[in-house]
Amino acid sequence: MAEVLRLEGIRKSYNVGTPVETEVLHGIDLSIQSGDFLALMGPSGSGKSTLLNIIGLLDRPTAGKLVIDGHDTGALGDAALTKLRGQTIGFVFQYHYLISAFTALENVMMPMLVDRGHPDDEMQARAAALIDRVGLSRWANNSASNMSGGQQQRVAIARALAMNPNLVLADEPTGNLDTHSAEAVFALMREINRERGTTFLMVTHNPGLAERCDRIIEVVDGKVA
Amino acid sequence: MKRWLPFEWIAAVRFLLDGALQTLVIVGGIAIGVGVIVFMSAMLSGLQANFIKRVLTSQPHIQLVPPDQVARPLRDEAGTFEAATVQRPTQRLISINQWPKIRAEMQTRPDVINAAATASGSALALRGDASRAITLNGIEPDIYFKIVKVPDYMVAGDSQITTEGILIGTELARDLGAVLGDKIIVNTPIAGSRILTINGIFDLGNKGANQRTTFVRLRNAQSMLGLIGGVTSIDLTVNDIYNADVIAKEIQAMLPVKAESWISTNAQFFTAVQAQQNSNTLIRLFVGLSVAFGIAAVLIVSVIQRSKDIGILRAMGTRREQILRMFLIQGGLLAFVGALIGSALGALALIMWHRYARQVDGSELFPLILETRLFVMASVLATATGIAAAIAPALRAARLDPVVAIRG
Repeated sequence: MAEVLRLEGIRKSYNVGTPVETEVLHGIDLSIQSGDFLALMGPSGSGKSTLLNIIGLLDRPTAGKLVIDGHDTGALGDAALTKLRGQTIGFVFQYHYLISAFTALENVMMPMLVDRGHPDDEMQARAAALIDRVGLSRWANNSASNMSGGQQQRVAIARALAMNPNLVLADEPTGNLDTHSAEAVFALMREINRERGTTFLMVTHNPGLAERCDRIIEVVDGKVA
Repeated sequence: MKRWLPFEWIAAVRFLLDGALQTLVIVGGIAIGVGVIVFMSAMLSGLQANFIKRVLTSQPHIQLVPPDQVARPLRDEAGTFEAATVQRPTQRLISINQWPKIRAEMQTRPDVINAAATASGSALALRGDASRAITLNGIEPDIYFKIVKVPDYMVAGDSQITTEGILIGTELARDLGAVLGDKIIVNTPIAGSRILTINGIFDLGNKGANQRTTFVRLRNAQSMLGLIGGVTSIDLTVNDIYNADVIAKEIQAMLPVKAESWISTNAQFFTAVQAQQNSNTLIRLFVGLSVAFGIAAVLIVSVIQRSKDIGILRAMGTRREQILRMFLIQGGLLAFVGALIGSALGALALIMWHRYARQVDGSELFPLILETRLFVMASVLATATGIAAAIAPALRAARLDPVVAIRG
């Protein structure tokens, strides 16, 4: 299996160069293979959010090497990093952050629109297919703010898949949902993982869900336990 | 989603429509600002045009007169002494040297529209026991009336002057007890008395002018004033009235004449016009500034409200420049739409004001001047202001750290 992601000795400190400098991640090594479905667990303050941000290229590590799809990200500038992020990583957040000014379908189109600049038929068709895949065709033209939490999260998953990324990062995707919706959302991600071989890395506090993942990565005090 | 719109425009328009109330309020504010600017500018230029029209239809833009006659001190010759005081000579009524040539030269200038030769001097108008001092203006009516619009001011008769005819003002007609068609005696020291028929009576809107000003044919005046073949002034109109000063200086430097522009003969009036223009500019500037601050304030609030959206967009690969452009477009769009509505409001207010605000005699207070240029300029300037006002909020949006923005 191909390697999607490799972390070597990733360290992250805040307030660098000041007396209150604090290191949150103390040298993390991690390798994620294509098609994995991983749970990232750890108590609050353990540094797992920071780790997820670094993996998602939203934040840069203070030291260490992050290789995504064979690109050493340390050598990339801001613009290149943004482009790589848009094309290889999908995000699903806890608070199903859809953009309320757009419909569900348009939200799914958004990553493609950002990438290509102008809307076209192909991206519309692809977005419609993804909406259909998450079972929300009927709500495609609803404003994002008119949907339930579970529905919004499914739209967010469809959006994360829009650019056909190798890696989807999900930050507590079920943390804000009732048990029934949480189950549906988790099941959807699992299915997509099997169907498409998309790699998932999911932060969760739910041990039940974590057990059903391929592997559990536990972060404790800034280290992989 | 419109096919032809790029991503930034789509997002900008949607964000504006999504916050409809906010958008409406600020567009209303911009519209009022632009409306005030349009209204004030058009009204002031109308008022100004009116004043200038009044001043300039009763006098030429530039008048060429013979240079002042000065006493020339004797040269330094051995044995000659200059008197301690040199007495100023009297200004005799003299003709402009070689005036046909000068006039022809004036007519070839591209910035001069009309050039009319006149011979003016003082005379005495007599009828029965009454006698009044008058200024006798000998004119070539065809050209002169294009410069001073006497025909517009006629109250009796018409502006045709016969060979033995004269046009007089209303005051003089009353003083002499004369009506249209009556004969009056005009007496000059050189030609003695001559009997002229009143062809028409005019009202220039100024008592002094109506008392003294009279018009006769150029040849009549020349013979009566002892200026056979000569003229005392050449009157000009120019294409750019505000440039009259410069043109006058140019002519004076080139030819042996004294050139006086309406700007220097009406210096006080011109200062008032300038002061009005300056205050207008100041008001426009401050209204523009307050509009700009309004746009900036609304966009700053919008950036804060949408920081999560911005974070998500950044996470899905939107570049900083795209976010920047998105907010600049919002500023420009707000201002442009506001300017369109404001222009319409301003035009409407102008039309209403023009209709209901009248002078005492019921005539219009100012001519209604709705220039396309004013509206285009207002819209372009407003849009530029909007974009400029959006710079700070847009930079703020572009610099948002997606991690911070998403975490909230």
